[in-house]
Amino acid sequence: MVSGVFHTSYESDMALRRTPAQKIRIALFILFILVFPFFANKYTLTLANQIAIATIGAIGLNILTGYTGQISLGQGGFMAVGAYTAGLLTVRLGMPWWLSIIIASLVTAVVGAIFGIPSLRLKGLYLAIATLAAQEIILWTVTHWKGLTGGVEALVVPDPRLFGLRLNADFNFYWLAWALAGITALVTLNLFRTHYGRAFIAIRDQDIAAEVMGVNLFRYKLLAFAISSFFVGVSGALLAHYRSIVTWERFTLDVSVLYLAMIIIGGMGSVSGSLFGASFMTLLPAFLTNMGRALRKVFPAINAIMPFIQEATFGLVIILFLILEPEGLKKLWEDIKDYFRLWPFSY
Amino acid sequence: MLRGFRHPLNSSRLKPGETQLQVQNVHLSFGGVAALTGVTLEVKQSEIFAIIGPNGAGKTSLLNSISGLYKPQSGHIIFHDGRGSHELIGMKPHKIARLGIARSFQNIELFRHMTVLDNLLAGCHVHMKSNLLSAMIYWGPAQREQIAFREFVEDIIDLLEIESIRNKKVGTLAYGLQKRVELGRALAMKPAILLLDEPMAGMNSEEKEDMARFILDVNEEHGVTIVLIEHDMGVVMDISDRVAVLNFGQKIAEGTPDEIRKNPLVVQAYLGEEQAVFPFAAGAAGGRHA
Repeated sequence: MVSGVFHTSYESDMALRRTPAQKIRIALFILFILVFPFFANKYTLTLANQIAIATIGAIGLNILTGYTGQISLGQGGFMAVGAYTAGLLTVRLGMPWWLSIIIASLVTAVVGAIFGIPSLRLKGLYLAIATLAAQEIILWTVTHWKGLTGGVEALVVPDPRLFGLRLNADFNFYWLAWALAGITALVTLNLFRTHYGRAFIAIRDQDIAAEVMGVNLFRYKLLAFAISSFFVGVSGALLAHYRSIVTWERFTLDVSVLYLAMIIIGGMGSVSGSLFGASFMTLLPAFLTNMGRALRKVFPAINAIMPFIQEATFGLVIILFLILEPEGLKKLWEDIKDYFRLWPFSY
Repeated sequence: MLRGFRHPLNSSRLKPGETQLQVQNVHLSFGGVAALTGVTLEVKQSEIFAIIGPNGAGKTSLLNSISGLYKPQSGHIIFHDGRGSHELIGMKPHKIARLGIARSFQNIELFRHMTVLDNLLAGCHVHMKSNLLSAMIYWGPAQREQIAFREFVEDIIDLLEIESIRNKKVGTLAYGLQKRVELGRALAMKPAILLLDEPMAGMNSEEKEDMARFILDVNEEHGVTIVLIEHDMGVVMDISDRVAVLNFGQKIAEGTPDEIRKNPLVVQAYLGEEQAVFPFAAGAAGGRHA
């Protein structure tokens, strides 16, 4: 009789999925992702694509804020760098979409590292203000450097094509976005089981001890900014090619705060938490909009204040979440798993 | 030797007895407050060197100067690693760590949200070489490296008898165990010299005994040099080879535990008057394994 899971090699003990149950769960999840688009309509496909893009961005922010402990309000700005670089490279230089995504991500990584320099001296809220400056500087540049970006006017990006397929069609884009989200998740998980990831977490938990252990704070903080911004750049570049239009309004401070909310609600310092948070923050507004539409038919009187009710509900749900489960959806998911793992002997 | 260790903990190339660390006339002050005034001492390979003194004597300041967290205004701190001599003053802490100078802290400074295993592996940081790309791909060189270090870390887990908690988050552990894990994390650096800042503070006598045993194991079986700050005189007198006494930032005595016990300056520093009976003078006579 099997009484538990016993590992007989360090390799299996250090695997990402250590138990059969974990392996089955991840296999089911991947199967769901693969099958989903064949049963989804255009609306749900759009939502799924948004979730994939948001997941990549949230993982990026989580690397910096959740794992390394460097609060960033510059997320929107970094996404703008990714989106505009990808868009401009395609429009101005006629670069193929895939190359523009790679180069845009690298450019964002460099920009992120540059704006990460204050983190060597600043911590916590002070760093948040410094990254807020990054956000404002980037957006100001985008809206005022008319010769390069077109200023406040929208930048129209040609359709990305692969063997004649229009890649920004929802069904086609789904595969690109989720493949990249999967790669991002895997790369991040791998990173955090090597000394790079441990150094990042060490900086978050005890930076002085980390330094005395031989972690070069300068190098690793900038590296955290660079890796984080790289993924944020990927998500920005994807957004540019998906929407075929790049405008500065998509990258305001609201976006930075939205992404922070994503990782807080999903779970700080967790890849699965990033996915949960991105899904939650994408689906909740959509759900509220649909509810609003349904209610409007029943109560035509509240038509005018419907948007306010939606906003308020959105805020309320977030506040309730923070009070009831401060460690986020990831913790909730772990509790559920624990319940079934221990059932019926929960002591 | 009770256990077979496959991996050496000690990275020093010096022979026992050779001078390893020289602190020469170090002055350190914060604003107008002098923390260290002209401290000079010498630590030899494979000895247990204790630094004692009343609160505020500058013991931790001295350790922080050695590990690069404080920058003394004058003097020299020279570390010999068998390949050359290194001036530590002005060197960045992470560079000093790379020379093989490991330490623990007075107030536990573990990475609270990591497991014990990850804390120990984090201690191996300076020895891990795989580059960013192979770390992101993981399968291949990075995995081989991680597994090799996991084996090494298991040796430390074995040595410190923390097998049962290896997958626990450090923040959830009892105080005494956290102190033990912190010792383990420092050992994971394969130290040439190990600086321990009050490894037994706040422990009960059984935990102190365990900790003393681990320190002796590390010193005797692996030959790691140990610089120890401790307030428990019984332990200090039992396990140290030599003791230095600091008072108000100055070294007032240095010698074997027996010499220190009888030194009138030390008695005065601790009790404030010469006639008083030194508390541990009546105890068992020195000897490391009393």
